[in-house]
Amino acid sequence: MNIPSNLKYLPTHEWVLVEGSKAKVGISDFAQHALGDVVYISLPEVGDEVTADESFADIESVKAASEVFCPVSGTVTAINEDLDADAGLLNQDPYTNWIIEVEFSALSDKLVDAAQYEKICNEEK
Amino acid sequence: MRTPLYDTHVASNGRIVEFGGFELPVQYESTGIKAEHIAVRESVGMFDVSHMGEFLMSGPNAESELNYLVSNQIVGLPNGKVLYSLLCNESGGIVDDLLIYKRAENSYLIVVNAANIDKDFEWMKSHLRSGVKFENISQKIGQIAVQGPKAIDVIKRLFPDADTLHNYTFLETEFKGGWCVLSRTGYTGEDGFEVYVEADKVVDLWKLLIETGKPEGIIPCGLGARDTLRFEAGMPLYGHELRDNIPANEVGLNFAIKMDKGDFVGREAIANHTAAFCRRGIKLLGKGIAREGSPVYQGTRQIGLVSSGNFSVTNGVALAMVRVMKGIEGNVEVDVRGKRFPAEFVKLPFIAKQNNK
Repeated sequence: MNIPSNLKYLPTHEWVLVEGSKAKVGISDFAQHALGDVVYISLPEVGDEVTADESFADIESVKAASEVFCPVSGTVTAINEDLDADAGLLNQDPYTNWIIEVEFSALSDKLVDAAQYEKICNEEK
Repeated sequence: MRTPLYDTHVASNGRIVEFGGFELPVQYESTGIKAEHIAVRESVGMFDVSHMGEFLMSGPNAESELNYLVSNQIVGLPNGKVLYSLLCNESGGIVDDLLIYKRAENSYLIVVNAANIDKDFEWMKSHLRSGVKFENISQKIGQIAVQGPKAIDVIKRLFPDADTLHNYTFLETEFKGGWCVLSRTGYTGEDGFEVYVEADKVVDLWKLLIETGKPEGIIPCGLGARDTLRFEAGMPLYGHELRDNIPANEVGLNFAIKMDKGDFVGREAIANHTAAFCRRGIKLLGKGIAREGSPVYQGTRQIGLVSSGNFSVTNGVALAMVRVMKGIEGNVEVDVRGKRFPAEFVKLPFIAKQNNK
């Protein structure tokens, strides 16, 4: 399982990469693996407000629908439009294929580092 | 419960889930539902379906008694033929759907859904009158389904007579010195075979098929692909399209209900019930997937519910089987977790069936 050490994670299997005042958000390798073949993702729009620990997108896989929770609060500044055309990119590489970029005001207090996140994943297996 | 192949699935990284009281792989980690689905549509895949139930019925009154229990006509069924039928209750609802294998005069193998084994056996036993020997052999039998356009190439290396079988026929043979039934049947909409062997030989058969099927690229497939394949083929699944309280004449299976064959359990209720609902297919026009239980609307009026819904791997769109009021025309909407998606009616099955061998 791939868990990059430069990212922070939610126990619900989302990652966040902080770059100055902006944060990119995606789902982890564990998440894409558990979801199976991803078919659609419903994305928010640029300008939408998102709230830490609340759902900001739905992912539909062949198996089931799942919510994606946000690691930060703030305003969406970009969405990854490649995912709109081919949500299966999340299976191919969930770290290159971020979902949204947020101008953030706060981080979730549930975020953990890679080592802690790996423990969470091992417990869920 | 576990099938004899449980350890084999775990060793092959099958993702185990509970289904019909059995622990079975929903998919294998190295492939996944989509790849397994495509293997069956384009080449060949194999499924552990040992969870299915098998009953034997024989005796001087077996034909007439079985014909009284089921909705389809088994009088006149030739030896070696397989027949799909419903098992109805007195209210005209559906106890199960099943396959009837005619082995000889007054001798049948009956194959039922895993979750319904005990229910069906008790139901049938309590409705049998006399002159019939009836036995539940589910625990003694393992079953592997080999499905896809290249299934014949794999199967005929192990069973050279497979070529003689037409769709919905079977033969009885031996495997490793034990009883074996080979039928040209399946639950995928493709050509294929279902192989029944004695439970302690099913692991051997599995390994042999993996080895024998290498040239065709055979892969093990899980319940996920089994569901997406049957769904595209427009085949009903008990507990979804079929239930105890859904009238048998509202599910698009009237070909398996022979009202003119004489009395059978449920016949009177069916005759007295004017179908108000029907089973149809819809295609979603937005990027959403309707799942079981999603309400279907026309305008503000709810006209039914989704019974099975998924993304069609073959067609690349989201489809659903729905139970809706009869006679609805025009576009409809489906509620997916609070959001409405437009949808249109499309024909069932969603794919053209290939299994006309």
